[in-house]
Amino acid sequence: MNLIAKRISDFLKDFPPFNMLSQAQLFAISSEVEVHYFEKNTDIFTTGQTIKNQFYVVKDGAVGLFIEEKNILVDECDEGDIFGLRALMRQGNYKLSAKAIEESIVYSISSELFEEYITTNSEASTFLMSSFASNIRYTATDPEKKNQSKEHLQDFFEEQSAAYSKNPIQCAPETSIKSAALIMTNKRVGSIIITKNKKPLGIITDKDLRIKIATGSSSIEEPVTKIMSSPVITYPENITIAEAQIAMLKYRITHLCITEDGSKDSKLIGILSEHDIVVVRGNSPSALVKEVRRAKTPEQLQHIRKRAEQLLERYIKQQIPIMFATKILSAINESITQKIIDISIKEMPTVPPTSFAWLAIGSQGREEQLLLTDQDNALVFNNVKDSEYKKTKEYFLSLSKKINQKLNSIGFELCPANMMASNPAWCLSVSEWEQQFKKWITTPDQDNLMLCTIFFDFEYVYGDKNLVTILAESIFESIASHDIFLNFLGLNALKNPPPLSFFRQFLVERDGDHKDQFDVKARAMMPLVDAARLLILSKNVKAHNNTIVRYKKLMELEPQNRDVYAACSEAFKNLLYFRTQQGLLHKDSGRFIDLQTLSKADRLALKNCFKAVKEVQDLIQTRFKLSQFL
Amino acid sequence: MNWFKKKIYPPFWKAYIASFKEKKSDTLEHLRFVVFDTETTGLDTKKDRILSIGSIAVIGNTLKVTDSLESYLSQDLFKAETVKIHGLLKEGAIKKVTEEEAIIQFLEHIGNSILVAHHAAFDVTMINQALKRLKLPKLKNKVLDTGHLFQKTKLDTSKKHFGLDQLSKKFNIPQHDRHTASGDAFITALLFVKLIGILKKKNPSLTLNYLLRSNDRIGLL
Repeated sequence: MNLIAKRISDFLKDFPPFNMLSQAQLFAISSEVEVHYFEKNTDIFTTGQTIKNQFYVVKDGAVGLFIEEKNILVDECDEGDIFGLRALMRQGNYKLSAKAIEESIVYSISSELFEEYITTNSEASTFLMSSFASNIRYTATDPEKKNQSKEHLQDFFEEQSAAYSKNPIQCAPETSIKSAALIMTNKRVGSIIITKNKKPLGIITDKDLRIKIATGSSSIEEPVTKIMSSPVITYPENITIAEAQIAMLKYRITHLCITEDGSKDSKLIGILSEHDIVVVRGNSPSALVKEVRRAKTPEQLQHIRKRAEQLLERYIKQQIPIMFATKILSAINESITQKIIDISIKEMPTVPPTSFAWLAIGSQGREEQLLLTDQDNALVFNNVKDSEYKKTKEYFLSLSKKINQKLNSIGFELCPANMMASNPAWCLSVSEWEQQFKKWITTPDQDNLMLCTIFFDFEYVYGDKNLVTILAESIFESIASHDIFLNFLGLNALKNPPPLSFFRQFLVERDGDHKDQFDVKARAMMPLVDAARLLILSKNVKAHNNTIVRYKKLMELEPQNRDVYAACSEAFKNLLYFRTQQGLLHKDSGRFIDLQTLSKADRLALKNCFKAVKEVQDLIQTRFKLSQFL
Repeated sequence: MNWFKKKIYPPFWKAYIASFKEKKSDTLEHLRFVVFDTETTGLDTKKDRILSIGSIAVIGNTLKVTDSLESYLSQDLFKAETVKIHGLLKEGAIKKVTEEEAIIQFLEHIGNSILVAHHAAFDVTMINQALKRLKLPKLKNKVLDTGHLFQKTKLDTSKKHFGLDQLSKKFNIPQHDRHTASGDAFITALLFVKLIGILKKKNPSLTLNYLLRSNDRIGLL
């Protein structure tokens, strides 16, 4: 095997679409690659040139693609990125210029190889077609695809691998029963495994001590082998919950040994007890929601909320579709909030003086809040006589205060900007809210626009649903009577242009605590959220708050822009996933990403997200004729 | 048979010689260079033997992976102490060819191209010694030395002799497969295109003759 080709394939194998090829295919390509060296600022091809019979992969350095006439940088390619392929597929001349913007080493691959190995591979060609030939972005780490078949919660629950305890407590065969029992007591475990050369021989459980020792049938001075159950039942580490349950039923046992290769003759690496399965079962979403209903105190809710967090962590690890995880977590959060409102009303001296509704706003309202973040909420109460107003407002303010505090006590932190129902400004009657919205819409200055972006995404959580409908209608009425508002909202949505050349320039947050980190919320998620809100409002649709659902609705409403919206929806899913993953990793809101920690696949996915942002922003700019404002 | 005035050479040598009659490109961009490296049993050009040859063609700023050669030679001479450098075992699993076969492949690959190697004198002498054992004359190709080319850049005049390790580090070339003939040939080829780039910047009308000229002569000019 030619070493040079081997090295090239070692590099290519980490990047799509090459990672989708077989080893033989990859090697065939690698042995026919050409390796080019470009000094900084040298052209690789220029606009108008007849296309070369090849496309390129960046090995080292960075290559910029430019619109020649305007010298506008369209894209920046770094390690693993492909360029020059669109021209190759469409034939003709180069529409863009490619220039090394750093000293670069670039591989080129001929069109013959491309046709022979890549277009014949359906996965690889789908990747290329979707990323280069159309607007639909293929996402390298599409969590939805992997679990598409697992529609039913119960199903994938059974298929989950069981979480077993690593570092099981063990002892040698010659250990006395007494010392083994002491070890179990000290380590607070209900079982101990007897191992020889790290291989499991037998097991003693609490039950053995009860049946065989406490009854006096064996002496505690005898070796553990006297009473151990042997042989043990062993499984490999990827055992699923369903398999574990079946095994326990079949052998009438409560503990399974996990070994390196699943046989008795390999090293013991863990133990899976019936209890482990019960714990996992107990964290199932339906069990959690049931427990929320039964809960009586905030402490119980706090505990449930923590387990919901564990559930989320597992979902993310197992790459369960993010939409599913979002729905479950939102449902749990919502039922916790409802319970807290119930508890709080009971603490009030009287029942509510009139009907009211509790609203989640901002990301909670959009059901996009996976991790524990600040609480954002508002309250609307039915209109009352002027003489009753003061008393009514006081009642709801004091109720809201209780609710906010309880939510805080179980882990939803108080909103630092005080966007909460206990703030007199956000605890209003229906007509006050209507006036408020009208005022924001007719005087859309920076502050009011920001408030619109928070409050327009309200979602009913508790109380009188009619009040919420009235509010939604009043928003559309106000917008209709003041249609320039949408242009302002449009401008606002374009405030954060996508950082396309981001990985090279490290357009990271330069100051403050989050230096060298990337604000994924402000720079990638908010633009998509803002765009979705604007577009859906312009269609007079209020029923949908969730950004992904909004884009799905937009795909229906505007089939001509289907591709753009599909890309946005995918991008948003990826970002949500991303942020949750980062948040779990760093035990924070996941808002700031340390770029160093990203894998190439993640970087590609992130980059594709930016492309979606750019496209939808272009669409908005054209539709709302915003160029004149910019 | 001493009345043979002219020695009769085998066909592969004749073909090699004939290739020099072909017209070569006169611009540096289109000239074919072959960057090569040999792994040997040691540094004694008389006694030691070639264990492997790696070579890759370079045209302009492009390394042609398709136009590369990698061969392993079966040699009677074996030195355990050099195994730790090149990693080639006497009875390794790699498919090996005779010295003659390797030389035939090599001559076919290089043709009339300009040879390039790091500290080329050693590698060229090793090849010439092998030719001598086959009762053949020396290589006819022009030879460039990346060590000399680096001196011409005058980037670092602190010493005359820079190893491939030092230079690949200096020029950010990853040191994969160092001390394998094709690995070193690949590294040397990248070093070569980078050096040409630097020299071209200093002298846009760079010619082959300038590259071939030795440093001592430049010193005199």
